[in-house]
Amino acid sequence: MRHILSVIFENKFNAIPRIAGLFSGRGYNMNSMSFGEGEDPETTRATITSEGDVQIIEQIAKQLNKLVDVIKVTELTYEPFVERELALVKVQSSPATRAEIMQVADIFRAKIIDLSHKTITIEVTGKEDKVNAIIEMLQQFGIREIARTGIVALKREFQKD
Amino acid sequence: MTKKKQNTGKMMSGSEILVQTLVDLGVTKVFGYPGGKVIGLYDVLFKTPEIQDILFRHEQGATHAADGYARATGKPGVVIVTSGPGATNTVTGIATAFMDSIPMIVFTGQVASAMIGNDAFQEADIIGITRPVTKHSYLAKDPDQLGQIVQEAYHIAVTGRPGPVLIDLPSDVLAKKTVYHPHKDVKIRGYNPTYKGHSQQISKAAEMLNRAERPLIYAGGGVNIGLATDELTEIAIKGQIPVTTTLLGLGAFPEDNPLSVGMVGMHGTWYANMAMMECDVLVCIGARFDDRVTGRLSHFSPNSKKIHIDIDPSCIAKNVSVDIPIVGHVKEILPDLAKQVKPANSKTWLNNIAEWKKEHSLDYGKMEDSILPQFVVEKMAELTRHEAIVVTDVGQNQMWAAQYYGFKRPRQILSSGGLGTMGYGLPAAIGAAFGCPEDTVVCFTGDGGFQMNIQELTTAVQHKIPLKIVLLNNGYLGMVRQWQELFFGRRYAMTVLADGNPDFMKLAEGYGAKGLQAFKPDDVEKVIQEGLEINDVPVVMEFIIRPEENVFPMVPAGASLDEMLEGHKE
Repeated sequence: MRHILSVIFENKFNAIPRIAGLFSGRGYNMNSMSFGEGEDPETTRATITSEGDVQIIEQIAKQLNKLVDVIKVTELTYEPFVERELALVKVQSSPATRAEIMQVADIFRAKIIDLSHKTITIEVTGKEDKVNAIIEMLQQFGIREIARTGIVALKREFQKD
Repeated sequence: MTKKKQNTGKMMSGSEILVQTLVDLGVTKVFGYPGGKVIGLYDVLFKTPEIQDILFRHEQGATHAADGYARATGKPGVVIVTSGPGATNTVTGIATAFMDSIPMIVFTGQVASAMIGNDAFQEADIIGITRPVTKHSYLAKDPDQLGQIVQEAYHIAVTGRPGPVLIDLPSDVLAKKTVYHPHKDVKIRGYNPTYKGHSQQISKAAEMLNRAERPLIYAGGGVNIGLATDELTEIAIKGQIPVTTTLLGLGAFPEDNPLSVGMVGMHGTWYANMAMMECDVLVCIGARFDDRVTGRLSHFSPNSKKIHIDIDPSCIAKNVSVDIPIVGHVKEILPDLAKQVKPANSKTWLNNIAEWKKEHSLDYGKMEDSILPQFVVEKMAELTRHEAIVVTDVGQNQMWAAQYYGFKRPRQILSSGGLGTMGYGLPAAIGAAFGCPEDTVVCFTGDGGFQMNIQELTTAVQHKIPLKIVLLNNGYLGMVRQWQELFFGRRYAMTVLADGNPDFMKLAEGYGAKGLQAFKPDDVEKVIQEGLEINDVPVVMEFIIRPEENVFPMVPAGASLDEMLEGHKE
């Protein structure tokens, strides 16, 4: 099961290696990590996804909390949350396949951001499964390169009364 | 304190600021070994009368000494070593402290900032290397930061679950001068250990204990570190609850109290292990369900409800599922718990345990021609009235000391439990002696471990430290040999130390220590008495013990706690 942890920390020079090392050192799997400046400019928010059972993820969250630079750890998995990921996908194309590729991009509301004689580069944002889906659809044309950011996520605030 | 005021506004170098901050924090001893990148720092220390710099003969020795000092006094041990190999030589000592939650601050020299990452002479990425075994680490980038860094490091090392903190010091940062401003209070956003336990959880725990018929307290190193032994005793006596301790928990509860069932685990007493398996409510205080204690996890204490009290939330429910977790400091939680505990309905259980203690007492059989190590430990315990600081190395010597000494208080047993580092004993004993110069310090060791940091005998002699070194010489790497005997058809691969052991008496005298030897049981008491009377040099008391003596009881690897081998009794 995919778990999502949102970690707020002070980005001192050793913080990221410690966070990553905590996963690798214990044999835990980090599937993606995306981070950047948070709402407080002195802090960084990292969104980390990991596969594992509930007990393991609970352990990870506790270990993260222990780190001196980490201020807060939230598990988003079980709460309502919004997620987005961005991917750049460089697809092989020829005049014959160009139209079809553009159709696929269109359907997924993706943008064409680069064009060459042999390739088209597509930018797509959305939930992780949407990004997985468009990549799947583009496989048949031959994919040269993919760069994915991993998801960022925030809790949903809308409360029904 | 006046120096801080005097120096405010003055130009001081990084080294001077660092030392000033140490003095302000009340540090009186530094354990270390110099080298190129810390000459300037040691120069400042040379001129600082408030701090005694103690020279060891290997950085590993200095680190273990700082560890022993910290365990014996509760104050953090401070280490200063140079870059590159000096730093890497501290890794084992740091890992040892990390595993047992010991407060320590390790300063490592580093090449100049501009040279970092250049494969410079004596450069090592010590922060990277020690990342998994330090509680936290710092790289000083500017002398202006040093005051804050040192204060923060001290705070982190001693609070919450204590641990080692490393500070890497590039040589240019130490040399650069800046205007000194004393740093204000330490405030770290992400670091706020919980001390006060949740009152509802404590009430639930008390309720569960009061309804128990077969309760058991399992106390670990945390009770000793937290100095909550009186509170623990109150709960045990009020509730009429038997108490077992881990290796590092020895001394948390008086072993001569009828409620004590001694040490639990792989080489714990038969009755402690059985109590662990058969209890219906298990209260774990300041311990972590380590694999040496639980045996086969799937079979561990199957019918009990578990209460877990610890300051480190990541320890709770890590290996074993827990019914009532309580995060906080033992000194805050135990008094609240004690107030609510009532005598449990445990009479039958206590009678059972008393029977077990009679039928399966710790015993080592009759001594005939060869000295039995358990007898040596008992004799030493008797002649030191169970009051000495007992430092152990690792292996059979460690287990016999733990089983047979009889501990009375926290900060009495100093032993590498988590990492199990051979070579720990001698340097740690020296550190303990520096911390507690009025106490008798006994070091139980074997012919294997004793040689691993033997160079520190010089340090003990130089400072006239009257260590009582009990060298249990069986000519083998004892514990491994025991496993080879029991599980590998007595094939003693790589464990026959006798093939190349030195003459320990000549070695001791060569270092300037006193050497005493015992070959027969009748020699034991004489040697110990003579050794205890020496007060100006360390004494190496070598006991030639029965070579193939084993530690029992034993829970074999992979076995459940109730599948113990009892050895002599079988």
